[in-house]
Amino acid sequence: MSADVHRTIEAIWRMESAKLIAGIARMVRDVGVAEEVAQDALVTALEKWPHTGIPDNPAAWLTRVARMRAIDRIRRNDRLQRLHPQILRDLDAVQHDWIDAPQEEVQDDLLRLMFIACHPVLSPDARVALTLRLLGGLSTEEIARAFLVPVKTVAQRIVRAKRTLYEARVPFELPPAAQRAARLSSVLEAVYLIFNEGYSPTAGQTWIRPQLCEDALRLGRILAELTPQEPEVHGLVALMELQASRLRARTGPSGEPVLLLEQDRGRWDHLLIRRGLTALRKAERLGEPLGPYTIQAAIASVHAQAHTPQETDWQRILALYDALVALMPSPIVELNRAIAVSMAFGPQAGLDLIDAIAADPALRLYHLLPSVRGDLLVKLGRYDAALTELERALSMTQNEGERLLLSRRISALKGNHTWN
Amino acid sequence: MRYMVLVKANAQSEAGEMPSPEILEEMGKFNEEMVKAGVMLAGEGLAASSQGARIRFEASKRTVIDGPFTEAKELVAGFWIIQVQSKEEAIEWMKRSPFQEGEIEIRRVFELSDFGEDIAPQTLEREQRLRSQIGSTT
Repeated sequence: MSADVHRTIEAIWRMESAKLIAGIARMVRDVGVAEEVAQDALVTALEKWPHTGIPDNPAAWLTRVARMRAIDRIRRNDRLQRLHPQILRDLDAVQHDWIDAPQEEVQDDLLRLMFIACHPVLSPDARVALTLRLLGGLSTEEIARAFLVPVKTVAQRIVRAKRTLYEARVPFELPPAAQRAARLSSVLEAVYLIFNEGYSPTAGQTWIRPQLCEDALRLGRILAELTPQEPEVHGLVALMELQASRLRARTGPSGEPVLLLEQDRGRWDHLLIRRGLTALRKAERLGEPLGPYTIQAAIASVHAQAHTPQETDWQRILALYDALVALMPSPIVELNRAIAVSMAFGPQAGLDLIDAIAADPALRLYHLLPSVRGDLLVKLGRYDAALTELERALSMTQNEGERLLLSRRISALKGNHTWN
Repeated sequence: MRYMVLVKANAQSEAGEMPSPEILEEMGKFNEEMVKAGVMLAGEGLAASSQGARIRFEASKRTVIDGPFTEAKELVAGFWIIQVQSKEEAIEWMKRSPFQEGEIEIRRVFELSDFGEDIAPQTLEREQRLRSQIGSTT
């Protein structure tokens, strides 16, 4: 019974914590304090609810407790009172709980919280941790487990992030119009970092961690509802939905990666594909010229709509990569463009392009460079050179799943030179 | 994880009557709340069973039985697919749905981690066939 109540409280926390923290942050003007009093309210619920049962309106209950804690803290904090002489009066004046507050107000508070959690004064690591904690409702332990780092590291990261926000006097406000685009891209970056850590973890045993992808998708979908007029938000959601649609097909029986063109397309998730295509249409309708997330989503959509690998419209993919390279020139985008070129015009054309960018220092430690070169060399029948490249790729990746895939390709190549 | 929420039919839905505007509005609000929380992936209402059919299988024989079907409580009148982190979260969401009577059923959808060795043979064969195809990992 008690374990059930505990899990129910966790569920309620996940559903309500972001709104709770956001509402309190508006009153106390400090995200750190808001998060702490919200946590206090959670602890109180964990103590009381197993005995009293779960209240009919748990959100209102949590808000009431958190607000009382906030008032206590401010009474004891002269500095906050000096800074904001209004603060206690405001808090006392709030008779209604957030649940009675107009929807738009709650949504605005959530958006403010999201912008602050991803504030540029914070490092990307800190933004990711704070976003998951404040908006995703994840505990420090859950974040640590997801990113395979010690709990202590995450806890410190969050404490430091809150202190940085406090010291930088970051107001609980939406960014001014002039900064909005840059601030939004900082939010999108954090959400996509979370997604990518789930989609292609930088290290560790598993090739994918679906829970992190789900968390990022949820954050992205929330953000799309908060900022329906922002094309790149829909672009990012489209990109994540389309990439996530392949999760089931991306892993083989022993957890090893299965590459895109090798995937069983019947196992792709057509619900997510449909959602991705809808989000992409929204992004395309809202904004010309297309932003980088929207272009990447458009590339993913070409794959998603090809029933077989042979049906893939490589010319269209190449055109989209051209647009992407123009927008955000990066050796990694160039590498992907080279793959598209090889599919559209043959392996030699792709290899020539890769050779042109291979010296880029940004690619020096990027295992996909030798991996892709190896693949193209195999196609050209240059097996010895291919072997060297694949072995180099193997020595460069830290992900167990990718290592397994590369080792198999290497032994297949060694075993059989006529292997296609 | 995903849950499918099955909404059971009643005499009204089986008679092909649309819900009242008030109920539709309440339901719209509830859906909006789930969409805003990034939880609702899909949701549809189903027409009365008189517009459907059943197919019964016996070895190679297929028998088609046209609706309507009588046992309304056993029939599905609509569904949601939601993405949540636990059964408890699915339950907490659905407790907030505006129904005033009847029953809904919450069922977990199988996913990645539920599929184990039984997909192996086919995939292994494909693997052996080749690995030279390039797929950008995007």
